[in-house]
Amino acid sequence: MNSREVKNKLFLVAVCGLAFIALLPLFSVLFYVVEHGYRALNWDFFTKLPAPVGEAGGGIGHAILGSIILIVMASLISIPLGLGMGILLSEYKQKRVARLLGATVELLSSIPSIVIGLFTYAIVVKPFKGFSAHAGAIALSIVMIPMIARTTEEMLKLVPHTVREAGLALGLPKWKVILRIVVQGSLSSLLVGIILAVARIAGETAPLLFTAFASSQWFQGLSRPIASIPVQIYTYAVSPYDDWHEKAWGGALVLILMVLGLNLMIRFFLMGKRKRGAS
Amino acid sequence: MSFDVEKNRGDVIFRRTLYVFAGIAFLLILGIFFFLFDLSLPAIKEVGLSSMLGREWNPPLKIFGILPFIYGTCASSILALTLATPISIAAALFLTELAHKKIGALFGFLVEMLAAIPSVVYGLWGLFVVIPWLRESVQPWLRNHFGFLPFFSGPIYGVSLMAAGLILAIMIVPTITAISKEVFYSVPTSLKEGVLALGSTRFEMIWIAVISSSRSGILGAMVLGLARALGETMAVAMVIGNAPEISLSLFSPEQTMASAIASEVAEASGVHLSALGVVGLMLLLISGFVFFMLRLILTSRGGRAH
Amino acid sequence: MINGAGATFPYPLYSKWFFEYEHAHAGVAFNYQSIGSGGGVRQLLDETVDFGASDSPMSDEQLKKAKSPVMHVPATMGAVVLSYQLPGLKSPLKLTGALLADIFMGKITKWNDPSLIALNPELTQESETHPDILVVHRSDGSGTTSIFSEFLSKSSPDWKAKVGKGTALRWPAGIGGKGNEGVTSFVKQIPGSMGYIELVFAKTLKLPVAWMENPKHQFIEPTPESVMRAAEGALSQIPEDFRYSLTLIDADGAYPISSFSYLLVYPEMKKDEKRAALFDFLRWGLTTGQSFSSKMNYAPLPDSLVKRILTRVGVP
Repeated sequence: MNSREVKNKLFLVAVCGLAFIALLPLFSVLFYVVEHGYRALNWDFFTKLPAPVGEAGGGIGHAILGSIILIVMASLISIPLGLGMGILLSEYKQKRVARLLGATVELLSSIPSIVIGLFTYAIVVKPFKGFSAHAGAIALSIVMIPMIARTTEEMLKLVPHTVREAGLALGLPKWKVILRIVVQGSLSSLLVGIILAVARIAGETAPLLFTAFASSQWFQGLSRPIASIPVQIYTYAVSPYDDWHEKAWGGALVLILMVLGLNLMIRFFLMGKRKRGAS
Repeated sequence: MSFDVEKNRGDVIFRRTLYVFAGIAFLLILGIFFFLFDLSLPAIKEVGLSSMLGREWNPPLKIFGILPFIYGTCASSILALTLATPISIAAALFLTELAHKKIGALFGFLVEMLAAIPSVVYGLWGLFVVIPWLRESVQPWLRNHFGFLPFFSGPIYGVSLMAAGLILAIMIVPTITAISKEVFYSVPTSLKEGVLALGSTRFEMIWIAVISSSRSGILGAMVLGLARALGETMAVAMVIGNAPEISLSLFSPEQTMASAIASEVAEASGVHLSALGVVGLMLLLISGFVFFMLRLILTSRGGRAH
Repeated sequence: MINGAGATFPYPLYSKWFFEYEHAHAGVAFNYQSIGSGGGVRQLLDETVDFGASDSPMSDEQLKKAKSPVMHVPATMGAVVLSYQLPGLKSPLKLTGALLADIFMGKITKWNDPSLIALNPELTQESETHPDILVVHRSDGSGTTSIFSEFLSKSSPDWKAKVGKGTALRWPAGIGGKGNEGVTSFVKQIPGSMGYIELVFAKTLKLPVAWMENPKHQFIEPTPESVMRAAEGALSQIPEDFRYSLTLIDADGAYPISSFSYLLVYPEMKKDEKRAALFDFLRWGLTTGQSFSSKMNYAPLPDSLVKRILTRVGVP
């Protein structure tokens, strides 16, 4: 073999090697989360409140409930807003407002979620003098809106123009063409975008640290602090108590199952759609 | 375009409603800048901008120098980019040039799964798996063999800049890989075939045809990775040691702008809170700057915005 | 509803007291915010709470700011202990105040320093696996820091000159943890580390603690008993207002980093039901309350001291 061929082989080996190094952390994280996490999972873990500090037992039922509440609230806010913006970006793209909105949405999506949390703290927590589920939901929704807006725009742009022209030719007003034909026909793709956004915020911790804050009680009202799985994981992980560390792994396992589960669902959903040739 | 017609009042109402949504977005972005500035004002007035650029951060003593956070952010991001870029480019090359369809698809899927793991889970894993490994094996070895360099000197806590850089690298690999992948795909096959026809090896073809013509795209990917690294909070907060230090040593515990906010806001009040607002404002401005840089790079590649 | 705020150290004990007292006395409820000694003093001076709690006594300047005289009621006692992680060490670490000051100043950075090995020969071997002394201190303001730094100031003129004492300091070395929990978390995780925490914490988490040298050149293990020795040794010195530091008390078997934890009240507050209940609670805490102390790893007050305090508090 001459030196060029040697270089070639070395390079190819190096590339494959480095590429697989990229996957090592994935396997490591999944392995440890499963290995340490499953030990913490039991009926109490999902249904009980935490035990007094330092004592074993108890669970994070309140955090699971809290996360669900926050996700639902954030979705209620962000889905209509995100869809609306996405429609504007796709169906009215020639208007100046749309182009301005496009830049704004991109800028919004590049803002770190901790800064969004700080903003939410300034406009909700400070004036209303307290941490609350409201604040947490608002912070999460601000993270979700640009995501949903972008995926909505992308999905709607995929709809062939002929469809719109056909609708107009039939005499439908533009808004009906958009809603009843374009959007309605893309519902499953739009849902994918929404699910992706939900999967993303399910694991968001930073903005909740000082908006929803935390709690050791069951739901106490939307104007009170509320627990959530990611914040619970963080609090437990940095504490000195071994029992809490174990619960942190358990929480991580729950989160990973949720998030990966949602992602896999989308994959198969998309694959299914593609095979059937529908939008 | 023929779609730009408005038949009746329904259309106008519909459009105006959507404009309201746009208005909300505009208000939001303006509001974020305004309120963050508003939150920071008391600190800027009381402590003064020049002393906030100091090297020491000690809130109970009312000392609010944010330089350590800026240093920590820069150092950890640069370290992360240095580690992540070669790996991401290799992964993207693997996906586009080297792998068979099915293996490539699986590999691509797995890299995307890396991106789906929440930051706090990376932090947990980093804290209990990576840091002991660094502290017991990697860092002592580095200190024993390269301890004369300032980067590998000093006490070994485990929680360190190195840990943060490493975890950040893992987290931004999917980002850089995804963009690089697109960039490599867009290299015209004719170019690649031409180079091969001249008798080059695989390696030479990749180097000459693919990588050389993708330089600005790769740069864009790196900037996007940087943007991601800047905002990363939880994983960093859990492994970096939360120490407002400025030190060349990779073993030194540090603090980034994001991790400082995360660890201190909940209990902060008064000037302390406002000082953290200044940190947040800086972070906002820096990420805005990176965003515009990115747009510049991407549009200079011939109007391929996105 | 009686509102209080302050020190985190005695919070578990006070929690128990509130619970038991509320059980026995219908119509009384307590709300305590465990925000730290500094916060407690601030809220007391702002009069946003009915009582404050602080691990260190208020300074003269702080007392001047009060609109009405403040009474310091010693409620319990504790100790600041040095917890460490040196897995190979079979016997407890022995340290002097001067050595500790040097360590926290960054002058002594390795476990195999000759002055440390002189007191702890086992370190010769242990320091091979864990050479660095990894210092952990507090990043937030705290009464624990105040007591610890006062001890170091008394033990080392160098420390006194360069760092001094206070609830927050410009630490020359080490990393900072948030609260007792944060410091404990670091010490548990990082081999070769050492940090200062409250005795209660070390006991609950079963962490090794250093035996400190007292003025009688004895190396004393921190326990509720050795803290009581310190209080007993200081009895004759304790002034009328009970503001007294229990660090470096020259008594047999006394742990040198002990301290009172105070409840701060306004004796001249409006003489209504709330005042009556609050002062009754204080009397209860000084008597019945003390019986819960040792079980929870707090040190009960010496009887003669309790008698003295009761004559001040006993006025209904």
